[in-house]
Amino acid sequence: MDVELCRAWMLRFSELVDAEADRLTALDAAIGDGDHGVNMRRGMKAAVAALGESQPDAPGHVLVATGRALVAKTGGAAGPLYGTGFRRAGKALTDTEVASAAEVGAALVAMLAGIQELGQAVEGDKTMVDALTPAVSAFEASAGDGLATAAEAAAKAAAEGAVATVPLQARKGRASYLGERSIGHEDPGAASTALLLRALAEVTAQS
Amino acid sequence: MKKLINAPENVVIEALRGMAAAHPDLAVDHENRVISRAGGPTQGKVGVVSGGGSGHEPLHGGFVGYGMLDAAAPGEIFTSPVPDQILAATTAANGGAGVLHLVKNYTGDVLNFRMAAELAEDEDIEVATVVINDDVAVEDSTYTAGRRGVGATVFAEKLAGAAAEGGADLAEVARVAAEVNDRTRSFGVALTPCTVPTAGQPGFELGEDEVELGIGIHGEPGRTRGKLAPASELVARAMDAVHADMPLSGSVVVMLNGMGATPLVELYVAYAEVASWLEGHGVTVARNLVGNYITSLDMAGFSVTVGMFTDELLQLWDAPVQTPALRWGR
Repeated sequence: MDVELCRAWMLRFSELVDAEADRLTALDAAIGDGDHGVNMRRGMKAAVAALGESQPDAPGHVLVATGRALVAKTGGAAGPLYGTGFRRAGKALTDTEVASAAEVGAALVAMLAGIQELGQAVEGDKTMVDALTPAVSAFEASAGDGLATAAEAAAKAAAEGAVATVPLQARKGRASYLGERSIGHEDPGAASTALLLRALAEVTAQS
Repeated sequence: MKKLINAPENVVIEALRGMAAAHPDLAVDHENRVISRAGGPTQGKVGVVSGGGSGHEPLHGGFVGYGMLDAAAPGEIFTSPVPDQILAATTAANGGAGVLHLVKNYTGDVLNFRMAAELAEDEDIEVATVVINDDVAVEDSTYTAGRRGVGATVFAEKLAGAAAEGGADLAEVARVAAEVNDRTRSFGVALTPCTVPTAGQPGFELGEDEVELGIGIHGEPGRTRGKLAPASELVARAMDAVHADMPLSGSVVVMLNGMGATPLVELYVAYAEVASWLEGHGVTVARNLVGNYITSLDMAGFSVTVGMFTDELLQLWDAPVQTPALRWGR
């Protein structure tokens, strides 16, 4: 993954979030306060704009800049969580100009670790972690087969992970106030995480 | 969706323009989205800052002024403000004696305020944080994000503000806020859902004969659904929930708060029930507030907040305050 591919990844994520904003909002209305779609759209639009202005020269720098924009513009819990995740992933890539599949995998591991450290969620809490954890495992398992293959595996696992949040009872975030009533609804954070990995799969398949 | 707005995405910035125009005692930084006192921070006084999503007006911007908040950071509707914004509010409140962050217990608020406090420390502003978590509707808080911060936020802002105005140091102002939080509990009931402007439709559906029990202030569904009942019964359920968690005795401070769309005449009907309930339980009311103080856009409903205050806290309650939403003694 070079800087162009990484930028394409962020742009595609922004497009997917924009296209799916209403669905994310509907998921968040069911078990939250209905702002996840709008917040992510705003945050990623700001990230794409920031990337256009700052013109980072390495994939890691793209991710750090994205993280910073997300913290600055998203709001809610998603801002700090995604922001920290992207920043940690970017730092893991350092100044490398072309990251190998293994290095991208390590960046995803760092993303997950950052999110878990900040939000303290574990698998089963019905959060974005439930999509990202299987995605990271699937990516690492397939990294030897190249970036596109690993990304597709991760996207598939993330999508399945998001759907798997449906029967869970939320133990974190606003959905947790609903207790048992959070069961039967997909977690919006897991859904947007699935879009992130879907975006990665799409841009790596083309390259 | 029928709302008195222009474009849904501009509600917050336009409301801030309206507040700035309506309240000359407020300084509104439109670029950074911070509401602070027009006279600037008081040198040598602890600054008191709060913030959170917009849509709860008058909370928090309506409580900026003498005797209460020094600055507020209003996020997008129902969305936590971002760290840079909270830092700007902290700077605006900084009189060189430290700043207290009053943070409602929601993951987003807690995370964004924590990041902002770290940024403030980098700029040599000492920050103390008190998290408000008075809502009794959330049970088994070990397996949740914890109890929500609701009505006690208003009490804490008033009393911490009074303590700061009286010259208390940062540790003492924080102690007052924490004590208010410990001594206060709340419970809310919704008769209708609310509609976030950018969502365009209500957050959930309620039948004509249904209510949501144990609601928060962000339009999410409550803990359980119940049947619509007379005010006496709905108020009793709310008071019973508070009393079960914190047995009420002696003399209390009560806030009967409207969620935004309930008319004042109904809030008074409800307050009559609150007063009866308390009298029936041998509890006297030392002070009260009836009105819209911490709302949830256009949700119909009420919340009750009850504080078991000490004489010291009661004195801080009585201290002069001059803000758009609360004014006495000045």
